[in-house]
Parts: sequence; C-alpha cells; structure tokens
Amino acid sequence: MIILMIRRLVGLLLTLLAVSALIFLVMALLPGDPAAIMLGTSASADTLAALRQQLGLDQPLLLRYLQWLGGVLQGDLGRSHTYGVPVAGLITERLAVTLPLAAMAILLSVLIAVPLGVTAAAKRNGLVDLAATLFAQAGIAVPAFWMGLLLILLFSMQLGWTPAGGFPGWHAGFFAALHALLLPALALALPQASVLTRVTRTAVLDVLDEDFLRAARAKGLSRRAALWRHAVPNAMVPVVTMLGLQFTFLVAGAVLIENVFNLPGLGRLAYQALSQRDIIVMQDVVLFFAALVIVVNFSVDLSYLWLDPRLRSGKAFS
Amino acid sequence: MSGAGPATRGTTGFRLRRHGPLATGLTLILLLAGVALVSLVWTPFPPSKMQIMQKLKPPFEVGLLGTDQYGRDVLSMLMAGAWNSLSIALFAVALGAGIGVVIGLAVAAWRGVLETVTMRGCDVIFAVPPILSAMMLGAFIGPGRWTAIFAIATFMVPVFTRITVGAARQIWTRDFILAARAAGKGPLLISWQHVLPNIVGPIIVQVTIQLGLAILTEAGLSFLGLGLPPPAPSWGRMLAESQTFLRAAPWLAVLPGLAVALSVLGFNLIGDGLRDRLDPRQRGRA
Repeated sequence: MIILMIRRLVGLLLTLLAVSALIFLVMALLPGDPAAIMLGTSASADTLAALRQQLGLDQPLLLRYLQWLGGVLQGDLGRSHTYGVPVAGLITERLAVTLPLAAMAILLSVLIAVPLGVTAAAKRNGLVDLAATLFAQAGIAVPAFWMGLLLILLFSMQLGWTPAGGFPGWHAGFFAALHALLLPALALALPQASVLTRVTRTAVLDVLDEDFLRAARAKGLSRRAALWRHAVPNAMVPVVTMLGLQFTFLVAGAVLIENVFNLPGLGRLAYQALSQRDIIVMQDVVLFFAALVIVVNFSVDLSYLWLDPRLRSGKAFS
Repeated sequence: MSGAGPATRGTTGFRLRRHGPLATGLTLILLLAGVALVSLVWTPFPPSKMQIMQKLKPPFEVGLLGTDQYGRDVLSMLMAGAWNSLSIALFAVALGAGIGVVIGLAVAAWRGVLETVTMRGCDVIFAVPPILSAMMLGAFIGPGRWTAIFAIATFMVPVFTRITVGAARQIWTRDFILAARAAGKGPLLISWQHVLPNIVGPIIVQVTIQLGLAILTEAGLSFLGLGLPPPAPSWGRMLAESQTFLRAAPWLAVLPGLAVALSVLGFNLIGDGLRDRLDPRQRGRA
C-alpha cells in the first residue's frame, strides 16, 4: 500500500515535470521574440536588448528552463511585465476568486446531479428519468459562457436578483462576495451537472442489479433506504472519476465565465495577460492550471481507496 | 436508449428513445451543413455589410432575425458563422483523430515503453485545456483559423489515442490476429488490415462526439477573441459582442448560443445513436 502510494506520487511528480517542460518549450519554440511581443513595435533596440537580458533570453534554453523551474519550486514565478509585481502574488490574489468559484460550481453540480441521477435510475422510464435524460442531452450541448449570458438576462436584467457581473471582494462581506459568485457558479455548474447526472444514472442502474442490494432488501430495508445507504455509495466511483475528468473543462469554463461576469480571477488574469502580451504571467498561469488539473486527478485516483475498500488491497491499483 | 425491459417494449416512449436521437441528430446536422454550404454562395445580405441606420432592430422588423449594433443582418452572420464553425471543427477533429488513431494503433501493436511514454504524454496534454493552449499559441502567432484548429486538435490527440489503444488492444488478443501473425504479416500490415477495420465503430462514434466538443470549444475561443479575426462572422464573437447590448438587444445574446447548442446537440445525438447501433451492449449506458 505504501509502496503503491510512493509509486503514484513519483508518477505525479514526473507528470508535473513533463507539463512544465511542455509549456516552457511551447512558449520558447514558438516563432516570435517574447521581448518584442511584450514591448510592441515602438520599442527601441536598447530597451529590447535590456528586456531580453532581464528575461534571460540570451542564455541557453536548458538553463532558462532550469532557472524558471527552480524559481517555481521556490515560489518565485518571476515578475509581471505589466503590473510590475511578482506573479506569485498576483496568482494568490486571483485565486481568492477562482477557487471559491470552482468549489461552488462543483458543489452545485453535485447537488443537482446526484439526486436527479439517482431518482432517474430508481424510477427508470418515469417522468424524472425523461427529464434527467433531456437535461443531460441539453446541458452538455450548452456552452457555459452562453449559460452565463442567459442567466444574466433572466436573473439580473429581468428579475434584478443578482448583480450582472463584477466582484466586490471578500472584504465587502462574506455574503456579498458569495452573492456575486452565485450566478457564475451556476452557469459553470449546469453543464457539469448534466454530464454528472448521466453518469450517476448509469452507475446506479449498474449497482441496482447487484446481489448485495437484494440482500439488503431481504434483510428488511425499504427500497428507499437500500437505495441511498447501499446503492448510492457503491455507485460513487464513476461519479467521482467523471468529476475529475471534467475538471479540465471546468477550468476552461472558468476562464470564459470570469470574462463574462467580469470577475477578477485567474482566468481573467490569463486573458488580460494575453491582451497585454505579458508572457511570463501567461506561462505561469497556464502551468498553474495544468498542475491543478493533474493534482485533482491524482486526488481522484486516491479517493477510490476511500470510496471502494476493495481496492485497498492494491491489486487493482498498480 | 435504455428501456429494454419487457414493460416498455413497443410503447411510443420506447420507440422514440430507440430511434428518435439518431434521426433528430441527423436532421440538425444536415440542416447545419446545408446552411453552412449555402452561406458560401448566398446569404440574405452580405454578412459583414453595415447599415448603421438599421442597427439593433429586433427579429422580423429588419431581416428575419434582426440586426446587430452595426446594422448587420443577424441571419446572414449566423449562416456564415455556421460555415466557419463547422469547417474549423472538421479540420481540428480530422487532424486530432488522424494523429491520435495512428499513435494509438502503434501503441497497441508495439506496447512496452512506447505505451508507458504515450499514456503519460496523454495525461500531460490532457491537463492543458484548449482555451489555454490557444492563448499560448495566440500570443505568438496571433489569433486566427489555424490557432483555433491547432489548439483544438492538440487536445483531441490524446482522446483518440486512448480510445484507439483501448479498442485495438482487445483486437490484438483475438485468434484471427494470431492467424495473421502465423501467416507472416508484420505489425504494420496487421494494424492496417485487421485492427483498424475492427475498431472503426468506436472511432466514428468518438469523431461525432468530438465534433460537437470542437464546435463548443471554437465558440469559446472566438468568444475570447482567439478565433477568426473580424470581420469574419463567428458565433463566439457574436456572443462576446452581444454582452454590451444585453438589455437593448437580448436576441443578439440568445440566437448565436442557440446555434452553438443545437449543433453540439446534433452531433451528440448522432454519436449516441451510432453507439447504440454499433454496440447494443452499451445501450442506455454512459
């Protein structure tokens, strides 16, 4: 078990290393001089040369990578060209928006999807099942950022319940901040929930045929109790797997949603870095997002051990 | 879809679930392809022609679907956008599927270190969403058709590699492969003659589903200004521009999104329908 964990951990570190190398190489090998891109066309040769030196562009590729990586490992992500502050600080500041947003979206999507999927499976071919199927099909097809626009149209413009965008900051009060994040989180959650609903339904249907459920019913548990106490927990492995796989799309959705709702999060930072040609910030944000996706998927792998005790023997986990 | 139980067999609900998705999907996609092709030779108005006097007119008042903030005809823009969206999606998926399937076949044929390295590589690429890789590409080579295509295709390669490896490995365990090897055929020939024809089904299903995802991603990219540069109409940019006029012209925010959603829905329904046909055991499953 411990050896397995160590092997997984080494794999995680290697993957992270490979991602950092990939991002660095893409940024380094793409045509175009970062210094020229960052300064624009009007820069003089002297400023260009100065920036090139400051960025270390005159040094060999491998050295530049190792320096960047070394910095990242010590929490030094370099300096933003536009803001003139350390990128690490920028990212931490923006995380205070993106992390709660993502967490709320995941929470909402689970709260919608699990009850809906379980009910659909329990009352197969009933009305709820039909509704869940339609929701699953429609939800996957709807872009999260369009969902955001529709929610703004409905809740902000028509009903006036929520702000149409912007973020007051956590210092404005916990609930005011939460209120501002509610609509964007819902926009992110609905497409996610549709995928999860489908997976939950399928997983519960699979479990419903199992012997242990018949045993649970035989020992006198009601249908409902057997469903929630025995079927649902056993159906959670594919649901959590999908939650992990979907995390990449959640990140992509967050980048878009933050721009729809004008939220000062990491996605907006990446977008601003793109329009300001702040390549260092972009490289770091992309690395951060990719690392997040990898770590989340690693945690999902680990969570199987907790969700499914049978896997703890380690046989199915090599 | 599901509902193979005797209680539901023969009811309208069952028949609808069985044949409805594929038929609906095909209708939607034929419509999309038709509109896209027609837009190449005819649109009600030139899609980028501005008529400021006629700006922000609601549907039916000017043109069938109204006009935008520059007085451009929304229907014409949607039609031209359909072509841009569909062509980018097709290119991206063709590229991604082509590369992914070849890598997948090679991995299934040779296994070993190649497999470990490729699968780790898939994890790595899969960790960078296309929005972010498009941003990296866009910073250097600028936004445009190929930035979008490369970003989307890059993300599709690991998807198709995984699908191919999974399906092809099963084929490699079969007796007829053993027979082919006994006949002296090498891995290349076996992959081409025996493995590929037997895994075309799941690959086609994946192609349709990924086409939907590609349209979704392209809309997101052009929403951020990473797709086709103006004045080429694109659904994503129409949505981005609509944000300023949400109150005055809500149809500008609704219609392009509807176009995206219906296209993606069409491809997904075809994918589901095909999966049911090709692999009845999967019926009603994820």
